[in-house]
Amino acid sequence: MQAGLRRETHVECRVVSGRVDVSVENRGTPESSGVADPNTCPICHSHYRDDELEQTLRVCQHCGYHFPLHARERITLLVDAGTFIEDDRDLRSSNPLRFFDVRPYEERLAEAEVRTGLGDAIVVGQGKVERRDCQLAVMDFFFMGGSMGSVVGEKLARACEHSIERGLPLVCVTGSGGARMQEGILALMQMPKTVCAVDALRESGTAFIVVMAHPTTGGVLASFASLGDVIVAEPGALLSFAGPRVVQQITREKLPEDFGMSEPNLRFGHIDAIVARGDLRPFLGRLLALFSASDGR
Amino acid sequence: MAARVKRFPWPVLTVPIRSVLVVAKGDVTDDRSERARGAGLTEQLRLRERAAKLNELARQLRGVGVSGELERLQRQIERIEAEPTADELWQTVELARHPDRPYTLDYVERMLDEFIELHGDRSNMDDSAVIAGLGSFDGRSVVVIGHQKGRDIHERTRRRFGMASPEGYRKAIRAMELAERHRFPVIVLVDTPGAYPGVEAEQHGQAGWVSRSQLAMARLRVPTVACVIGEGGSGGAVAIALADRVLMQENSIYSVISPEGCASILWRDAKEAKKAAAALKPDARHCLELGVIDGIVPEPPGGAHEDWDAAARLLANCLRAALAEAEAADPDVRRRERRLKFRSMGVYAD
Repeated sequence: MQAGLRRETHVECRVVSGRVDVSVENRGTPESSGVADPNTCPICHSHYRDDELEQTLRVCQHCGYHFPLHARERITLLVDAGTFIEDDRDLRSSNPLRFFDVRPYEERLAEAEVRTGLGDAIVVGQGKVERRDCQLAVMDFFFMGGSMGSVVGEKLARACEHSIERGLPLVCVTGSGGARMQEGILALMQMPKTVCAVDALRESGTAFIVVMAHPTTGGVLASFASLGDVIVAEPGALLSFAGPRVVQQITREKLPEDFGMSEPNLRFGHIDAIVARGDLRPFLGRLLALFSASDGR
Repeated sequence: MAARVKRFPWPVLTVPIRSVLVVAKGDVTDDRSERARGAGLTEQLRLRERAAKLNELARQLRGVGVSGELERLQRQIERIEAEPTADELWQTVELARHPDRPYTLDYVERMLDEFIELHGDRSNMDDSAVIAGLGSFDGRSVVVIGHQKGRDIHERTRRRFGMASPEGYRKAIRAMELAERHRFPVIVLVDTPGAYPGVEAEQHGQAGWVSRSQLAMARLRVPTVACVIGEGGSGGAVAIALADRVLMQENSIYSVISPEGCASILWRDAKEAKKAAAALKPDARHCLELGVIDGIVPEPPGGAHEDWDAAARLLANCLRAALAEAEAADPDVRRRERRLKFRSMGVYAD
């Protein structure tokens, strides 16, 4: 009875919200459980201690699920020790819309900052990957679902510009639920903004490598992330414009089991390769070597 | 819709399921709108209270010799009082989705002397949610691109309520390339709830084509003007709205997410859409204030649906002016300026 009642309310939601939903905070988090334990694999429900997960680069040893990584962890994983210099770390979101839902936007921002230790959902800087200099932009899904607001857009655009100035390839690791709806239309405008920045990057002939981590959806996937010269994804990452729930609600189509995952994305030709977390650094090293060996003729 | 509600063993829904596309005017008695009105009131009250507090402060400060501060307060009070109420904002949302509102082809018919529609993405399909074509505007050839919703249920289904698939964006890109080759200006009319969220659309690379469509527009050297004529729904809208001049009709909305979608995520209830609309501020005035658009196109009294011809005349005038502005610059300068314009959007603290 309870389940039936719930389903009916969902039907109504579907009708009323019959439109695309780019921004999200809680999309991509496993749907089945209410509050998922961060150390429990949502696929096979194996549970790990913190130190076990650290040892395995936060990959489930049973089913290969890649847990989302904090931006700092990702940087440690990819960059040669002690070579990372962060840029633009003082940028902070303001509240241009004076957005207030059940809680003010400022409060959500402050909470996310305390929880992640980051100013916003992206860290940009310069570092060496396998002894090759490059510019990095790493998103953090734990900061308000990795959503893209003015600060994320600005930092990404600046990363592109630093890349051009310094003549370094740009490596971008994405993990985002989409645009940040608390910034309203300004969040949407970060899509054309980042596209314009990548356009400049392309024009200057600088390499742009995108690594898509779970989940990369909505406005981020539909702007700069899809414009990489080379697009690499982690196994089992959700890479879709609309989340499975939205698709299900609006079209009532039966979704394939692997809807929006890296694997079908590779099959349909939207990404270049799927690389497991442990192989990512050497893979990027090889790519960067190839891009740097152009003699400009 | 009502026939689909299972009566047993499920409880009968007390609130009738109503499609957002059918906005019954004057039908505001069901308890949903009642609740929504309450929500709007609290938002209003919050602002009014703040204005009252500021007024009090201003009264106390009078004659103390802090006139600059007083003026600043006065400005703030005026600003709060001029702010549209939740009800007014929601009315704009309803007008933007009004079923009698003119759609892209209605405007094309009225604004252009000649129009030949172009079909297909030259790859595998023709997406009828997107219109592309060659037309004659003010005696010269232009390329027109726009979303097209449907009038009746069959057309709506065929056009998917104006929600474009990757094929639609590919068609738009093809039309842009045609414009670039022959130096035709591009006029874009935006009216979509968003890009189509279907399994097939995802498999065909929805996100990738939305981003490539933006990139194609960013790279154009010909002048481009876009106008939101109804709903500017998130990525599906911005995909073809990266123009030199972006306009919005008075009663249109441009938003990162639909109020319903936002409400179901933040309030966990799509019925709180009115609150969400008040928070998202998707109306033309706010978009202009935030520097997202370049101008507001007036509509005939009551809204564009009241008088299609008048609405088309007003729109044509604004497009003409915007196009003239965009055309004044050298092609490469124009491209650079367009890129800079979008590059500088956003508000943050450095």
